[in-house]
Amino acid sequence: MWQTICLNVLEFTFLVWTGSLAAGFLGALTGLGGGVVLVPLLTIFFHVDLRYAIGASLVSVIATSSGSAAAYVKEGFSNIRIGMFLEIATTLGALLGAYLTAKVPANALAIIFGLVLTYSAYVSRRTRPRTGVEQPPDPLATKLKMNGTFPDTSGIRSYNVYRVPAGFGVMFGAGALSGLLGIGSGALKVVAMDQAMKIPFKVSTTTSNFMIGVTAAASAGIYLSRGYIDPSLAMPVMLGVLLGSLIGTRVLVKTQTKRLRLVFSVVIVLLGLEMLLKGFRGGF
Amino acid sequence: MTLFRNWRIRDWRARYWRMSDWYDQKIEVIIAQLLRAGVLAAALVVISGAVPYLGANGWARVDYRTFHAAPAELRTVHGIVRAAFSGDSRAIMQLGLLVLIATPIVRVMFSVAAFAIEGDRMYVFFTMLVLTVLLYSLFGSFLIA
Repeated sequence: MWQTICLNVLEFTFLVWTGSLAAGFLGALTGLGGGVVLVPLLTIFFHVDLRYAIGASLVSVIATSSGSAAAYVKEGFSNIRIGMFLEIATTLGALLGAYLTAKVPANALAIIFGLVLTYSAYVSRRTRPRTGVEQPPDPLATKLKMNGTFPDTSGIRSYNVYRVPAGFGVMFGAGALSGLLGIGSGALKVVAMDQAMKIPFKVSTTTSNFMIGVTAAASAGIYLSRGYIDPSLAMPVMLGVLLGSLIGTRVLVKTQTKRLRLVFSVVIVLLGLEMLLKGFRGGF
Repeated sequence: MTLFRNWRIRDWRARYWRMSDWYDQKIEVIIAQLLRAGVLAAALVVISGAVPYLGANGWARVDYRTFHAAPAELRTVHGIVRAAFSGDSRAIMQLGLLVLIATPIVRVMFSVAAFAIEGDRMYVFFTMLVLTVLLYSLFGSFLIA
């Protein structure tokens, strides 16, 4: 749309920067991540080739993860042992995913992307039933020293971790999708920890933020050597998303995000459907 | 250091998790601040390349519709550093992105050190595994790409 009306580099860079700023801001504010809307934004509205878009998006994922780490860590929820152990799965998955991006046709990638978008919006809307029953600690999780504590309204609360192999498996998948599509796949990471491993939601989300950057770095090297990361395009994307997410995390404390989350989820679903349609039509 | 040695002796099971959580937390705060500094440094490098780039090419036409792949010298760590220091504005932006990609890698390196100081050999091993994958991707991936 935009490139057809003959934009010059300056105008294009400014528009991409503005779009990325909005994506980063909304992503941080709603906790849904900005990376997930960047690729549709770049490909559908700016007609950027899917591979360039994926490369720029991946870089911005690292920026938000590393940039917001300080805000997350201060709360004291993240569990570095769980994160580091599961990183083995996500980084290996990311290598596989990044390797596959060159083999999978662009239209198939777009279809997978559409499915992931709609799924992550669905996951974020679902209410989580919690079983209050205390199970005995899992021997494997105990051996891996994963059980931890976190600050709660009523003081320090301890928690146990379960089903480590299942979580490890889902994490490998999350890493592969991250490497394949240039996204953080935070939604899937949270599913692995929160649903499969029964880790408290707060711990899952903050640990996931830490893992997203490391996972993305694992595929970034491969993207770089393939030429997916074009500095002229990644520049406005990275600067926009970074600034947007920094403002977003600041504002987060003061705003009611319930309605905003709903609106952003709808946007994500629509973008997902558009990616699906365009993929099936062979538009990439 | 003595602090971490003492708590292991008595009441190991009850104290271990709590103290290690506390220790992890303290380390994490320091690492997070370093990470933010790294990201800001990366952004500054990117901006310092973006200004001359936009100044020289701002009025050129945009073309990202078809994939040409970034030029060869912008695809390896060595090539980026060399081109950036010769003053190529696109290479300077790419160098900034490289600094950004390095931040999580540095984070993992710090974790190796933190687990080593804590005497947690199992997690030193796990973290080294992750680090190997990351370094392979950045320096050795041209072998498969």
